[in-house]
This record gives sequence, C-alpha cells and structure tokens, in this order.
Amino acid sequence: MPKVIGLRCRECGAEYELQATHVCEMCFGPLDAVYDQAALKKVVSRQRIEQGPTSMWRYRDLLPVEDSVAVVTLGEGLTPLVKADRLGAELGLRNLYLKNDSMNPTNSFKDRVVSVAISWARAHGFETIACASTGNLANAVAAYAARAGLECFVFIPVDLEPAKVASISVFDPNLVTVRGNYDDVNRLCSQLIESTPWAFCNINIRPFYAEGSKTLTFETAEQLGWKLPDEIIIPIASGCQFVRHRQAARELIEYGLVRGDRVPAFTGAQALGCAPVYNAFHSDTPDRVLPVKPDTIARSIAIGNPSDGVYVNRIARETGGVVEAVTEEEIVNAMRLLARTEGIFTETAGGVTIGVLAKLARAGRWQGDEVVVAYVTGHGLKTADVLTSANGHARRVEIEPTMKSFREKVSL
Amino acid sequence: MAQFRIPGPLRRLADGHVTVDVEATDLVGAIVALDAQYPGFKDRLLDENGDLRQFVNIYLNDEDIRLGSGLGAKVGEKDEISIVPAVAGG
Repeated sequence: MPKVIGLRCRECGAEYELQATHVCEMCFGPLDAVYDQAALKKVVSRQRIEQGPTSMWRYRDLLPVEDSVAVVTLGEGLTPLVKADRLGAELGLRNLYLKNDSMNPTNSFKDRVVSVAISWARAHGFETIACASTGNLANAVAAYAARAGLECFVFIPVDLEPAKVASISVFDPNLVTVRGNYDDVNRLCSQLIESTPWAFCNINIRPFYAEGSKTLTFETAEQLGWKLPDEIIIPIASGCQFVRHRQAARELIEYGLVRGDRVPAFTGAQALGCAPVYNAFHSDTPDRVLPVKPDTIARSIAIGNPSDGVYVNRIARETGGVVEAVTEEEIVNAMRLLARTEGIFTETAGGVTIGVLAKLARAGRWQGDEVVVAYVTGHGLKTADVLTSANGHARRVEIEPTMKSFREKVSL
Repeated sequence: MAQFRIPGPLRRLADGHVTVDVEATDLVGAIVALDAQYPGFKDRLLDENGDLRQFVNIYLNDEDIRLGSGLGAKVGEKDEISIVPAVAGG
C-alpha cells in the first residue's frame, strides 16, 4: 500500500491524484502531500527511527518516498545539535541550542529537500531536474543530479556571490543566469513548467520537495531526547520550510514520538533589506504580504514575493512566535558573534537567524531557562566576501619573520 | 488589443487558449473584458473586495503589478498581461 495517497489544497481542501503539480485549479492555493495516517500510525515508532540510517532517511516513514524507491542520497541530515553555552551566556539563555545544518553535503539545509525531490522525481520517470534558486538550492540540485546521473537545469540571478556560482558550476549542470532578481527567476520558471517535461524542485514537485524540511525538526526533537523545544528561530525566504516545521512538530505529537503535546513557538527571521513577511506581521493586515524589491547581503533568503509568507505569519501568531528583522550591520555582527563564541562559521542567512535571536534575547523575550533552538542553515564560506570589507578583523597584525618583529608588534 | 497569457490551471476556463486578446484601458477593465469572453475569470482572480487574490500574481509586461500601480495600471495596445500562480519557489 502506498503511504502517500494524494494531494490536498491547503486553502480550499480540494483533493488531487498524486502527480507533479503544486497549485489548486480551484483557488490557486498550495497543494500538500496527503499520507495514509492510519497505516503510518501502526508502523512509526522511536525504535524504528533509531534503528534507521544515520541520515535524515531514518524518518523515511514520514517522507513522501515509497519504501520500494532507491533514494538519491549523499548522507544528508542528522547534523549536529550543539548546546551553545558561550553564546547563551552572552544572551542570557541557559538552554540555547544550534542546529548546525551547514554540515550537510553541500553545506546548506537544501540537501534535505533536494534528496527527497530528486528521489521522488527519478522514481516518477523524470529525466531532467531543475530549479529556480538564490544559490544554495542550485548547489544542492546540481550535486544530487550528478549523483543520480540525471540531466540538470538550474536558474539563478546573474549577480550571485562568486563562491556560490563556483560551487554550482563544478557539478557541470546547465547553468542559466538570468538578468533579474530571484523573483524574476521564479516567475520565469513558473511559466517554463508548462513547456518543459522537467521536474522543477521548488515549483511543480514542490509538495514533495517541501516535505524534506520536516526532518530538521524531527532531528531536533530526537537529539533533545524526544522532546520539542520551547521556541525555534528559523530564517524566512519563501516561508516554505517554516510551514513544514510546524507540520513536523504536529506529526511528532500525532505519532506519539515526543512527550507532551505542546507545539513550540515558531519565530521567523528576515533581513530588513528584504522583509515582506516582517512588514506584514507588524502591520494591521498580516494576511496581506506585499512584495518588495530585495536589497540585502543575505542573498540566499532574498525573496521579495514570498509564496508562503501569509502562512508564516499565521503560524507565528498561533504558536506564540514572532517575526523579527535585522540590519545589514547586525547580520555581519551576528556572523562574527556566532563564530567567536561557538566556532561555527555561518553564511549571511545564518547571520540573520542569529541576529534575530540576539535582538530578541537582548529585548528580554526570554526568562533564561527556556529551551531555544536556532536553525543555522548554511555555511559561511558561501558568503565569505561580506567579511573582507571595512568591517575587518581588529586582532590581525603583519610582522617580519623575526623574533624582534614579533616582540615589537604582538602584545602577549 | 492587450493580450492575456493564461496559465495551465486556468486554461480550461478559456477553452484551452494560451492567450486571449481583450480591449481595455486599465487592468481591472481588462479582467472584466476577459471575464465577459470566458465567465469565471473575475472570481478566480479577484476577491469579494475587488482586490487581487492572495495566490495570484499578475505581471504587466513582466512587471509585478503589486510593485507598480496595482489593478489601476493603464493598459495599452500590445501590452502583455501574464497570470502566474504565486505558489512557487523557496
């Protein structure tokens, strides 16, 4: 018996057969994968998960890939959950944890969603994988397509960071650089799905792709000893993963995998240079997310027209979370703070997450004993260029290769 | 005549046509004209207050109308109006 039995519109509830499509024909709402929950309840257990592979595929029962399918994997997931005592001490948090998803095979959380998407697409006969990307997704898609031996087309804005372009190109995909921003790329790809037989990870096979995000929250709960934290801080781009994390928490409770039945507070982080969800959250009409033109160094989350923005605001409010935003300077400062206190080098998007964590902590959001988890979703080498500018490293000295010069220039 | 580009999910409403020509001076007028030719489009695109529905993006010559003049945008000869589902990306 298949465990995924169809697709359902999140807005109007219309149901569809299992297929590569993402939009409801009735109301244009997003489609989500529907599982045979009664059958899964008989199967899913902590023991079964703990005996599974040491990757995110230990949660395979809760992912939309049938048991008979050979998955396309590079060992993604099961990344470290680090107790951050030194950062916590600076912020007055005694139970702060960092889920370091920059430890994935292509150094961002996108490996989770792409492993699911490409496994699904290959099993359903697709020969070409594609995506619209701000960089990290294209990186993952190119790598996993190479691993699977599938044809690959990735579409990115023409002016992405050089490190990201290099780490995409090395896998030799068809790389289409579009003269426009991510929202322009996304619109083009939304129109291209009608004239190509390709699986666009984040468009026509988005209902399956998105499900991979859940594993981040599954792992967090397992690594906390099968407990959900009090609050989770998540960077917001389209809001796609944010929505899946609340779903993951619900599934952990529904299937009896965690103690208690309290869903964590879900808090979103944006850069002020691209903050359409934050703007709406703090307006009188949080259900109307108005698009913006992005202007931020946090390129990997620079989506001006976020498709799931409305859901982010609803979930944040319903769970007691907030949506907060930080300046460009705060982003870089947070990257340095995280590196200096915990030895973790994150990209600008991680700087947004840690920046928001710091901002909320300093504003007195927490008493100090709450279990707070921040999702660090990408590696710092992807955006190292932002650290080479004026905001340099004060403790650096240049000396002659002599003892005399060392003694003169370095104070011990 | 301005020209609508109809996305896959709405083509059944337009008897399968990929493009539909309309006579109009602004975007609301264009949607009304489209609805007159193929009834049902207005309800799919606009909510009860006459605002653009949440999950619909409309591009006037490749510019997101929410970033410009909105539904009041002027529409001229040979303008292209693309209807694109908003749920994508990320």
